[in-house]
Amino acid sequence: MKYLTEYRNLEATKSYLELIKKTATKTWKIMEICGGQTHGLVKNGILELLPDHVQMIHGPGCPVCVTPLNLIDKAIELLEKGVIVCSFGDMIRVPGSKKSLLEAKSNGGDLRVLYSPIEAVKIAKNNPDKEVVFFAVGFETTAPANALSVLHAQKEGLKNYSILVSHVLVPPAMEAILDDKFCNINAFLGAGHVCAIMGYKEYYPLAEKYKIPIVITGFEPLDLVQGIYMAVKQLENGIHKVENQYSRVVKEEGNLAALKVINQVFEIGAREWRGIGEIPNSGYVLTKEFKDFDAESKFGISHIKVPENPNCIAGQILRGIKKPHQCNQFGKACAPSSPLGAPMVSSEGACAAYYHFSNNLISE
Amino acid sequence: MSKEEFGFETIQLGHGSGGLMTRDLLDKIIFNTFSNPYLDQKHDGSIVDFKGKIAISTDSFVVSPIFFKGGNIGELAVNGTVNDVAMCGAIPKYLTLAFIIEEGLKIDEFITIVNSIKKSADESGVQIITGDTKVVERGKGDKIFINTTGFGDVNTKAKIAAEHIEIGDKILLNGYIAQHGMAIMSQREGLEFESTIESDTTNLNFLVNDLINEFGDKIHLFRDPTRGGVASVLSEISQDINKGIVIYEDKIPLEKQVAAACEILGLDPLYVANEGVFLVIVDASISDDVLLFMKKDKKGKNAAFIGEVTQEHPSKVVMQSTIGGKRIVTPLIGEQLPRIC
Repeated sequence: MKYLTEYRNLEATKSYLELIKKTATKTWKIMEICGGQTHGLVKNGILELLPDHVQMIHGPGCPVCVTPLNLIDKAIELLEKGVIVCSFGDMIRVPGSKKSLLEAKSNGGDLRVLYSPIEAVKIAKNNPDKEVVFFAVGFETTAPANALSVLHAQKEGLKNYSILVSHVLVPPAMEAILDDKFCNINAFLGAGHVCAIMGYKEYYPLAEKYKIPIVITGFEPLDLVQGIYMAVKQLENGIHKVENQYSRVVKEEGNLAALKVINQVFEIGAREWRGIGEIPNSGYVLTKEFKDFDAESKFGISHIKVPENPNCIAGQILRGIKKPHQCNQFGKACAPSSPLGAPMVSSEGACAAYYHFSNNLISE
Repeated sequence: MSKEEFGFETIQLGHGSGGLMTRDLLDKIIFNTFSNPYLDQKHDGSIVDFKGKIAISTDSFVVSPIFFKGGNIGELAVNGTVNDVAMCGAIPKYLTLAFIIEEGLKIDEFITIVNSIKKSADESGVQIITGDTKVVERGKGDKIFINTTGFGDVNTKAKIAAEHIEIGDKILLNGYIAQHGMAIMSQREGLEFESTIESDTTNLNFLVNDLINEFGDKIHLFRDPTRGGVASVLSEISQDINKGIVIYEDKIPLEKQVAAACEILGLDPLYVANEGVFLVIVDASISDDVLLFMKKDKKGKNAAFIGEVTQEHPSKVVMQSTIGGKRIVTPLIGEQLPRIC
């Protein structure tokens, strides 16, 4: 496949791995922000190919993983009220405080798994006597499509469509991680697809303030090893700047059309992150003009609050303080078939990625 | 038979009542289509002859949508069970055929499905010897469910059992994987995408039988990786034999369009369902010959060697990635869920 096979090339990947080995003289801890990158690293077996002193720390960029328990319970409440709830696939098995969306479906809820929120608008149009809610989770990457669904619904004059918003933003999460007293991260691989939408200007002040290299990186093996090499090179040379490895997709200014749609429908507000807590200005909320499309206020479910499972250390995993296999529950009480927390569900989640692919288990 | 000749546009509850309407449906559509000495007796069951060992397999088919690119539920119901019997090292001979139909199914659709069953049965050399038809109220089914049970004579040269698998055995696949699952996925509500991907549903019994006749007991296992895909079947085998399995990512036969669809949807083709694919585990000494033999057959022309059985990492399947890394291939947990982004 054009633009894919080239980036899975054995020789090119090997040559960057060699460069990393030659260049890295100290121990460097590099956090890949995005769950897609974590998935790519473990799926391709890159972690074991890196020298021991170049260590990857898995970041919070798995949209399913950072969606708070409250929101899942809210979506379940809607299902049980007879609302058609539409969701991206990997959200549906994430446990809420009592059950997952999938379990609520087996109890009779009308849950639809979709790839695009625009489909949910179609469902609303075809079911005028039913309420339809799209569970709008994700980072900046999914925000344009979710915003566009609201614009479509408005244009169609649909009164039975709304979205349950749980949009979070990457830069505030990075800042929260860097401000944590346990933070031991030396560099970031920036999330390629987030930056495809947002561009990367907003990372300049972060790199400057925290004196940390940020390399916007793609997802294929060659992207990942090149991104890691660029980060290591900066670290070894005492440089801290924003670089763009993923230039075939990411432009400095981002995708202007997508940004326009986001800014039309959303504004920045406080958001709760699973395992991290509330971070000010860390997510999107619907603007006043689109409040009618806000499922939380429409159905009066804003009050639902539930505590996190105390046995799940997802917060520490998401902040890079602990690795999945350092959790006492890993592979025992918590496995993909019976997840305690979200990172064990999505294939982008650090725990599931470790469980499925990690060589730590090969020798067992 | 057309809906005009049948006199109804849709299946009614009465067609499953056991009374005259049922008889009419059976006579005009079922017996008429599948007529053979066993079925023509119109008994509750059939009496058949077998010599020696027989292999039996049963399967229920609930696919949605019932019509998809490359086939329909009727073809699946025949090929799926025929292949399961064949994987036991047997030559499929007879099938039972049971329908659970949701009230309101269009007669035209039912006739199309029945005709596909007839065609697939003829192609794989099996006869429908007994069956059942039930109709459930609207909303209590999903158009049509089909159960088939297959019976076949075990090839006397076959010695197919996981216990015969040895360290060093080679693993081969007869063709492209993930075709069926992606064809179905491309037509599911809310997930539709434009493609020309077709289901690979087909019978595999003749190629499998030819392989047994040619290579005998040096063939240790056949399995068809349907639901759960290649990954789940290999994981099961590895656990059953308590030996390791290594497979090579760059050797897995994957058609370009299917590979692209999997990339876009965030699905791993190793876990996607197949309906015309089998894995064969053979003694290392015949591996090259088996590959050549398969490649000469229409249903094995894209065959490939994909891995081997190892002493290392017992009970686990490890995939060597294109770039030389390794990862564990675990069985599918629940349904394969598309990723968010």
